[in-house]
Order: sequence, then structure tokens, then C-alpha cells
Amino acid sequence: MTEPAFSLSGITKSFGGVRALVRGELELFAGEVTALVGENGAGKSTLVKIMTGVYQADSGEIRLNGQPVHIGSAAAANRLGISAIHQEPVVFDDLSVAENIFIAARPRRHGVVDWAQMYRRAAGILAELDPGIDPRMLARDLGVAQKHLIQIARALSNEARIVIMDEPTAALSHREVEELFQIVQRLKREGRAILFITHKFEEIFALADRYAVFRDGAAVGSGLVCETDRSSLISMMVGRTVDQVFPKQDVPIGAPLLQVEALSRGEEFADVSFTLNGGEILGVYGLIGAGRSEVMQAIFGLHRPDSGRIALRGEMLNIRSPGEAIAKGIAYLPEDRQSQGGILRASIGENIVLPCLSGISHRGFVNRRDEQALARRFIGELQIKTSSAGQLLEELSGGNQQKVIIAKWLATNPQVMIMDEPTKGIDIGAKTAVYRLMGELVSKGLGIIMVSSELPEIMGMADRILVMRRGRLRACFSRAEATPERIVAAAADA
Amino acid sequence: MLKSFFLRAPAVTGLSLLIIALLLSVSIAFPPFLDPVNLKSAFDDTALLMMMAVGEMFVLLTRSVDLSVAANAALTGMVVALFNAKHPGAGILPVLLISLVMGSALGAVNGLLVWKLRIPSIVVTLGTLSVFRGLVYIISGGAWVNSGQMSHAFLNLVRLPLLGINLLSWAGVLIAILAFLFLRYSLTGRNLYAAGNNPEAAAYAGIDVGRLQCVAFMLSGAIAGLSGYFWVARFGVAYTDVASGFELQVIAACVIGGVSISGGAGGVVGVILGALFLGIIKNALPVVGISPFFQLLISGLVITVAVALNSGTQRKTHGRHILESKKVTP
Repeated sequence: MTEPAFSLSGITKSFGGVRALVRGELELFAGEVTALVGENGAGKSTLVKIMTGVYQADSGEIRLNGQPVHIGSAAAANRLGISAIHQEPVVFDDLSVAENIFIAARPRRHGVVDWAQMYRRAAGILAELDPGIDPRMLARDLGVAQKHLIQIARALSNEARIVIMDEPTAALSHREVEELFQIVQRLKREGRAILFITHKFEEIFALADRYAVFRDGAAVGSGLVCETDRSSLISMMVGRTVDQVFPKQDVPIGAPLLQVEALSRGEEFADVSFTLNGGEILGVYGLIGAGRSEVMQAIFGLHRPDSGRIALRGEMLNIRSPGEAIAKGIAYLPEDRQSQGGILRASIGENIVLPCLSGISHRGFVNRRDEQALARRFIGELQIKTSSAGQLLEELSGGNQQKVIIAKWLATNPQVMIMDEPTKGIDIGAKTAVYRLMGELVSKGLGIIMVSSELPEIMGMADRILVMRRGRLRACFSRAEATPERIVAAAADA
Repeated sequence: MLKSFFLRAPAVTGLSLLIIALLLSVSIAFPPFLDPVNLKSAFDDTALLMMMAVGEMFVLLTRSVDLSVAANAALTGMVVALFNAKHPGAGILPVLLISLVMGSALGAVNGLLVWKLRIPSIVVTLGTLSVFRGLVYIISGGAWVNSGQMSHAFLNLVRLPLLGINLLSWAGVLIAILAFLFLRYSLTGRNLYAAGNNPEAAAYAGIDVGRLQCVAFMLSGAIAGLSGYFWVARFGVAYTDVASGFELQVIAACVIGGVSISGGAGGVVGVILGALFLGIIKNALPVVGISPFFQLLISGLVITVAVALNSGTQRKTHGRHILESKKVTP
């Protein structure tokens, strides 16, 4: 057996009290693609950040071509020839495409930046990737897929020997994925070692030579792709059955609750119509950038739609601000928990009462005792693990933070709860708790719209599934009709 | 190439037109404004603003702000004035050296506090602004250093005529050119943009954002220190309130010139135009007979309009384009 080009063994990493990695083991081989699979919260991104020098491991050993190395910084990772393509494109909007590509190693002559050479080399690399991109353009003017190409161009430019791709296909169309695969094949032929992180099994079997599975911060299996199959990968990943993960309750579907008709807004989405019934979980699936969040934000009054109608229980709504939406009984859990969902430096109690302050205040002053009582009620009901209602939100685990944010919206007595990626970045146990909570809410007659990019979650929890692509609704499946193939086909570009 | 530059930088184009219009109307309303003596003096004033604004720009590019530049100039100016009064025979080289070294040391204090202690720059420099001013008072005992106590060399360097303008104006031009080359062609200069534009992405690319902020503060400090000497020599006096409140004009010149307060965007050309614009308002309006209070009003309006326009051009690109165009879909 050949020696691995890059290996990690016994890697551990904790943040505060949370153990993100307990036993990180990984081997990469030159000229081979290793697929890293695992659920969200399995420790994949922590591992990538340790490989790229963004985090330092608490313990463990990293070897490059058999030699122990210390990756003390992102610059050190660059020098060692480790390059990463991140899930969210990491680009500099106000810099040119060329400079974005060569950001870590700008070509120089006599010690100064050689712009002519930089533009020329960038044009050479881009010619193979997307001849439509002018190296002098500002990155601001590129689309999401093109920003990904910039990151790939970065890896090509610096002759990286270890290339890490963190879910590079998540935001790409079918055709773009095909092109990406060809690039990966080329990187392989050039003898680079590639780590490919993905949630999509077809990609593993189409592309990877080896696999490594992580679960709950530990490596639980690895080997050759040709010696495994889909179901054994799944059982390694999940370690439990689907029923345990998605505790779907049978709730009778009630009368129409929220009706959206021909909603359109600028370049974001057009002609979106659907109905949400009481007691229903309506899943909204689509690739990143399909316009799902934009539709939800328009319903919640964050951005005004150009045209279309929204009705709640048959009553026409004209919502001009989130305040009015809350008053009508619409709640919105934003996708980005840290920046939009809660105030990390405030206590649990303060977070929960925030949207309903007027209900517990008297002549403009907040009644602290009511605040405490409300907070304690939800801490009990939602089983939030905390020492007291006065604990700061930032001290809680991701799952408990999400519960606090759900509690905050429940305190406004909503009829419609819009949840944008409700389980993003929380561990599997906390996910199940959130799913169970969703079941309890709909059994009380609420309607839930769940925007999600995770196919298992959508299929496991939703009663009906809407699929969006490029700002339009493309399909609607009942729970019985939905298959992964049909959903993905509707979401991907034809 | 030139055309695309102006298209890319609407702030620069608009400001150039505004300055030309302003110069034309002032010269028509009051032809003596074009008198070489008057113009030279206006240019000297503007040169001081220009160089300090260039220094400030380095800091703004990294998503920070330096409120202590004017206080730094006052302190360094006082130190070199006292040095010159004590050692009038030492010549001009030690004076220049002291002003640069001391200015950058004061800048390093700001930079290290921002870098190592992660204190927001606005708080750090608000503090050091008062500390530096207080130190001027302490080392001078509250007394003035007058032109009578300054040596000829100390006073006359800034007034040295060279190709029609004074050496002070040339210093402003030279600093601007050096800054332009530094920002365009040096790795550190380019990294200043990257660090301010997207600090997280910069960290991924191996760029140490905190270190660069410190470097920016040192550059800003060095220029402020040098300007301190120039200021004291030009006006022939050093005292506690030298350049008091001038930091606001310095920041205004940057903002008018299109430097983003949120970092990562802006350039030397814009800053020069911003400084020129403020310099013309300051020097031309009085000769046309407009009250100084109007000058404040006008520069305030221009700052607000400039910021509104800049954020307006950014907002246009902010909305996401998701919908596929109808032409593509059959």
C-alpha cells in the first residue's frame, strides 16, 4: 500500500465545553479523490479548518508525505500546498477577479506586484474554467457559481498538492456540476490529493476513489468506494434508523391558513403561489440561491413584493414591516441563527421576550417579573438546557440556541411559523428535538413552512414539498409522491 | 482604460467635475483668487490636509478609524519645536527623523491596542487623541513656541520654492504618489484592501488582519508626525491647540473622495480630490465673501451627499439576481 500524501490521526478539538472533534482520522492519497461524508455537526468543517490552519487541533498528529507538520496558520497551510474551496464562496467583492485568484500569492517582479503577469495568468486559468469571466472584473459582479470558480482557480494557481472541496456542488446547476467533475478529474491526473466533502451519494460513487465517514466528531469508517455501497455508508453516517431521526407525527390537515398568490419581486422571484394549511408542515426545497428565503422574507414584510397577494385565514394582508407580520401571527426564524436570529450577548429571557415586549410592558417599561415567568415557562416547555433564564444566549449549544429562538417566536402566539433551515449546524440529537417540537406545534393547529436544503429533513418532516429553482416554483409533491430523484430533478437546472 | 477607470469610480468623476465647476465659478466671481501668491498658500494648506488624509485612508481601508491624527501632529510638532529651540544648530535632518519616528511610534500605540487587545479603533483613538493633547500641554508647560525661537532652517524648509510651488506642496504630492505606488504595487498595500474588504476571507488567505491594521496605524502616525512638523513650521508657532479638530476634516476628505468607512474600498486619487475640494471651499469662499459658517454647511452637505451616493451605488448591486431572464427560458 502506498504512503498517504496527507494524514491526520487522533485529532481532537473542543470549543468551550463542546467537543467538535473527538477522534479525527483521515488519509489522503496523491492522484485520488477521498469523499468525506457525515451529517451536519459530524465535525467535517472543524476538520477542514484544522487542515487549513484556521483552527489549531488540541491534540493529534498531522503528516504531509510522512513528515509530521504543524499547520499554525492559514499562511502556513498555503505554504505547505494545502488549498480549500469553501462551501460559501470566500471572495473579496471590491477586488478584481485576478487578484482574488492570486490573493495568497500575487505574482511579483523586482519585489512589486506584477499586474500584467497576474492578469495574463488569471486569463489563462479562467480560459479553461469559464472564458466569460474577465480577470479585470470586480468579484462583486459575479454570480454564486462563478465565485466558486474563483476559488477553484485559486487552487489551480498555487499548485496546491492537497485540494479540499467543501460541498462545492451545493450551489451549482447540473451543467456546472459536470464541469466541476471534469476539473476534479484533471486535478487527479495531475497527482493532487483531493478531499471532496458532499452530502450527495451519486457524487461519491461517480467521483471518489476512497471514502471516510464521520459521526459525532469521530471517524467511524473508511475504505475504497468500490468495496462499499450506499446503504452501508448511510448506516455508518447515521448510526440510527430514519424513524429515530425524524419523529414525524400524524396530524390531521386543517383548513387553508396562509394563501400566497402570484407573488413577485424584482429579479428575486416571480409568480410564486401556494397554500399552507393548518396542522401542516410545508417543505420548501431548492438549491442555495433559488430564492426561497427571499420569498419568505417578503411574506414576513422584510422586503415588499412588487406584486401578488397574501391572505391569512381568508383575510387579505398588506404587510409593510415585520412588526405588522408579527401582529398578524406570522413568525420567521431566519437562516443565520447567529446574525439574524438571536442576540448572543443577551440573556435567554431577554431574547425570548424581545418580539412581544409590548405584551409584557406597562406604560413603556418592561415588567421584569413577567419576563422571567415567560422565560421560565418556555425553558420548561421546550426543555432548554440552561442554568437559568439569565444565562447568555452565546453560552448555550447550537441546538439550545435554536430552541430559545423558537421560544421567542412562540411567545408571540403565531399562527404561521416560517423556519428557514431550522436545523442548520446543530447536532443530530438537537435536530431530533427540534423536529419533535415542530410536530407538537402543528398538532396545536399551527402551520409551518420549513425551508431546507437537506433532502432527508424535507422528506422526513414535510407533508407537502414545494421545489424552487431560480426564483420560480417548479414542482409540488405530496409526501407519498416525493422521491429524492424527483425532488432533485425539479431543483436542478434542466 | 481611462474611461473604464472613471466608469468604475463614479465618486472620482463626480468630484472632479464638481471641483472644476467650483474653481471656474470662483475665478469668474473673483479673478484675484487666481493670483499665484494666493494659490500657493491655498495649495500649502491643502497639502497638509492631503497628506494626513492619505494616512487616514490606510487606516480606513482596514475597517478602522484614526481620530488621533491631529493630536499626533500637535504633539510631534511641539516635540520638534522644543528640540529645535534647544538645539538650533542641529540642522533639519534630526527634526525630520524625530517627527517620522515619533509619529509612527504614536501610531504604533494605537495599532498595538487595536491589534493585540482587540479594542475597537474608534475607542482607542478617542482615548489617545486626548492623551496626546494632554501630553502637548505637559511637555510645553502650556507655553507657546514662537517663530522667534525657531531656527531659519526649521522655518524655511517648507517655504523653499521649487518650480513655482513651495516644498510643502511638493511633500504632499510626493506622499500621494508614494501612497499610490504602495497601494497598487506592494503586497502590504494590496493586503490592506483585502483585510478590510473581507476580514474572514483574508484570514483564510493567510493575511494577518490585525497586523495590517497596526501597520496602517503606524503609516498614518508617521505621516501625521511629519505633518506636525510642517504645520508648526508653516504657521511659525507650536501650542496645545495646533490642528485642533482637524481630524474631522481629514476623515471628511477621505469620505468625500470615496473611501468606504466599512473598509476595503477607496483610492489615493479620490482622497486627493476630496482634500482639494475641501481646500478650495476653505480658501476660496472667504475671498468671494461667503461666511465661514457657510463653509461648514457646504462641506457638511457634500459629505452627506457623497456618502449617500456611494451607498446608493453599492445598494444597486446588493439585491440578488436569482430569476433567470425570460429570453433564456423557452
